[in-house]
Amino acid sequence: MPADTAAREFRRQGRVVVVGASLAGLRAAETLREEGFTGSLTMIGDEPHDPYDRPPLSKQVLLGRTAADDTELPRRRRLDARWRLGVAATGLDLADRRVRLADGEEVEFDRLLIATGARARPWFRESEAALDGVFVLRTADDASRLDRKLAAGPRRVLVVGAGFTGSEIASACRERGLEVTVAERGPAPLVGALGGVVGAVAARLQREHGVDLRCGITVTSLEGDMAGRLRRAHLSDGTALDVDVAVIGLGAMRNTKWLAGSGLAAGPRGIACDAGCRAFDVHGIVTDDVFVAGDVARSPHPLFGYQFLSLEHWGNAVAQAEVAAHNMISSGLERRPHLWVPAFWSAQFGVNIKSVGVPPMGEEIVVTQGALGENRFVAAYGYQGRVIAAVAFDQARWIDFYRRLIESAAPFPPVFAGVDRRPEGARPVPADFPDPSLPTHGPTVTLSGYSPSERRLQFTPARA
Amino acid sequence: MTQATLLQQITDYASRADPYPLYAELRRTPVARQESGVYTVSTYWEILGLLHDPRISSDARNRDPLAGGPLAEPGEDANLPPSFIRLDPPEHDRLRRLAMRPFGPPHSPRRIHDMRGELARMVAGLVDGLQGREQADIVDDFAYPFPVMVICKLLGVPHEDEPRFHVWAERIVTGLDPSPDQDQAERQRVVQQARLELGRYLAELAEEHRRAPGDDLLSAMVAERDPEERMSLVELVTTAVLLLIAGHETTVNLIANGTLTLLRHPDVLKRLRGEPGLAVPLVEELLRYEPPVQLLPQRTALTDIDVAGAVIPKGAPIWLVLASGSRDPRRFDDPDRFDPDRRDNQHLGFGSGIHYCFGAPLARLEAQVALAELARRLSNPRLVDDPPPYRPSPVLRGPRHLQVAFDGVVP
Repeated sequence: MPADTAAREFRRQGRVVVVGASLAGLRAAETLREEGFTGSLTMIGDEPHDPYDRPPLSKQVLLGRTAADDTELPRRRRLDARWRLGVAATGLDLADRRVRLADGEEVEFDRLLIATGARARPWFRESEAALDGVFVLRTADDASRLDRKLAAGPRRVLVVGAGFTGSEIASACRERGLEVTVAERGPAPLVGALGGVVGAVAARLQREHGVDLRCGITVTSLEGDMAGRLRRAHLSDGTALDVDVAVIGLGAMRNTKWLAGSGLAAGPRGIACDAGCRAFDVHGIVTDDVFVAGDVARSPHPLFGYQFLSLEHWGNAVAQAEVAAHNMISSGLERRPHLWVPAFWSAQFGVNIKSVGVPPMGEEIVVTQGALGENRFVAAYGYQGRVIAAVAFDQARWIDFYRRLIESAAPFPPVFAGVDRRPEGARPVPADFPDPSLPTHGPTVTLSGYSPSERRLQFTPARA
Repeated sequence: MTQATLLQQITDYASRADPYPLYAELRRTPVARQESGVYTVSTYWEILGLLHDPRISSDARNRDPLAGGPLAEPGEDANLPPSFIRLDPPEHDRLRRLAMRPFGPPHSPRRIHDMRGELARMVAGLVDGLQGREQADIVDDFAYPFPVMVICKLLGVPHEDEPRFHVWAERIVTGLDPSPDQDQAERQRVVQQARLELGRYLAELAEEHRRAPGDDLLSAMVAERDPEERMSLVELVTTAVLLLIAGHETTVNLIANGTLTLLRHPDVLKRLRGEPGLAVPLVEELLRYEPPVQLLPQRTALTDIDVAGAVIPKGAPIWLVLASGSRDPRRFDDPDRFDPDRRDNQHLGFGSGIHYCFGAPLARLEAQVALAELARRLSNPRLVDDPPPYRPSPVLRGPRHLQVAFDGVVP
């Protein structure tokens, strides 16, 4: 059967299974229907909830402004799908094209989309993680529990890890009037994602807002009382801290365990796929019927030297899901590459942060608008003489301009005379990223080398 | 036809009723140097790019004094410093931030939403006033008074002062439209006088609100606690005048253009009557199809800028022809069709970037409420003149009068 006839047939009566019923899964399913897929659609999700939005969980929900069960994602259209919510997928049989579920059911597919996302990295010692008062924040249930705990007025909250999630949690706590200590292994908050220069601004913001920020320090253990309630944290500098609540913000882990032994190139850094969202198998050969989208995917990007990028970004999940869905029901030349330029935002300590490109690739940084000292600025990151990323603090409306600089590989440092250019923006300085091989809370963009196959997953890009 | 004569045709009053074929001509050269030295930008992606481009200034002081730019700058007073619409960061950011704090998110997310009931009452009252008549001027009798009532409410102008406020607003706003049949000097004098009196009034009002604060913008702006941030009295008056003028003329034109467009598309008008929720996408389509602000004439290049194969030189005045960009066939399918069901309607009606329309959420709501109410209550409305007489301005474009005949007013 010619390829386009097969594609038409599949479009009409194929069987699609989507594993992962969050942002990427939902948007992919909607796109399938939007583009005329009339076959059967099964949505599998391990959480019992309808697809919901996660960004508000560390912001509006923790401020008590929105209920944790009130962030359901808006639906773009009717899906006419079979939903299997609250049941995790536990295995994949590529040869027989079946997904195994936790309740024993096996679901057959013609094409599969994997959008299982990531989960919060738990506290490393299980007995301590189980203490009453120790939290992670990833799901609506996590947010609901944490919100209740914060509402009860704990004496002090300890946030472990000052990445975006940790920083947003600390911000919400301060806004609620709670005492907060933030412990960060690196030299500053957000340092893995934005580097030391911008990290210093984030550190000052935290301190100005009354956070007890301790950098270059780790939490070595969490101590409970007789009733199993958290009461104290021990730090690597030998001090101890009396706390009722500890929120672990040590980054995310890709949900790929269920694919162990499946033959797909799936590992702790995600599932490798091509720019068309087709998964690679362990040999590095691209599969035809298994697609990947969202946080769990790692795919090569031509703008960033074809390195594989893993992105934990809301916008990426949407864009990649749309491309994956389109390609699932298209053939040959109709297929599209996922060429989204990474971008994310955060809101913390009254500042809106927006970034575009891949800051951790940056060797140097230059402030092109505003001033670091005023907490209002745009800074561009340079890599091998070109603009590779930018970040804006309370200046988000300029970010599109910088996206175009990145897309066009504009020279770094950018030479333009623009509004609000200050003397400090005259000369680039080292962007000051920590060695990527050192563990941190984890940046939201991970560069994971060039090879799709499992064997070279340890590849760490050399820093110039 | 050369580009120079094309721009003259666009600004020529004779084209006011339908400038869109001329914009289509203009788009053949996305970035075009005009005889006057002005660079017109007329295509969607190029306009959008420049609206986010830090190499573009809104501050006229960056303009090469020898470069052209024949349009008078409407709405600014030589006796006051520039308002934030004509400033760049960081001054722009500070003033806009302070004005936004009591007006919209993140600090006042519910302000506009909470005004809906009040807006509906105002609009209902104005339509009630048409009862017993068979014809009305939708501009003078409806679209004109409505935004002034709204801005009075927002600024906290006491009810008894509203008539005086209306007079000043009218004099200043009419002054924006220079008409050749009047003595320019006399006109200027009247406008200056009105501005002076309005400024004085607002300064006194601000002082009163400092003593007895209310739930309004002026009270919030005078109450700013941070001395580094707080607006001076002059800045406060400038900002209040800006909100009045920028929020007035544009809304009048949006409502009048909307009424005109609906009467030209009776099928849509009929749908709106039975389906008031249609007002939401309909107003978006209006902002694309018949936007009140046709072009932004006050931007300047801070350095040589490469756009679409042309170089806009440092100091050159730039006109961003928003209304043309919103009809760019490279961005919108069938752009000359009025289609309230249009999807992905990211029009340029409110601009984009840091100067994105400050009052956009309010203007949207005003137009939605006004058009839905008109559609519901006027029975069998008909256009008396098509096209209606237009205001002179090619920038803030809309009918000067819009005579509509109807059989009656439904309660």
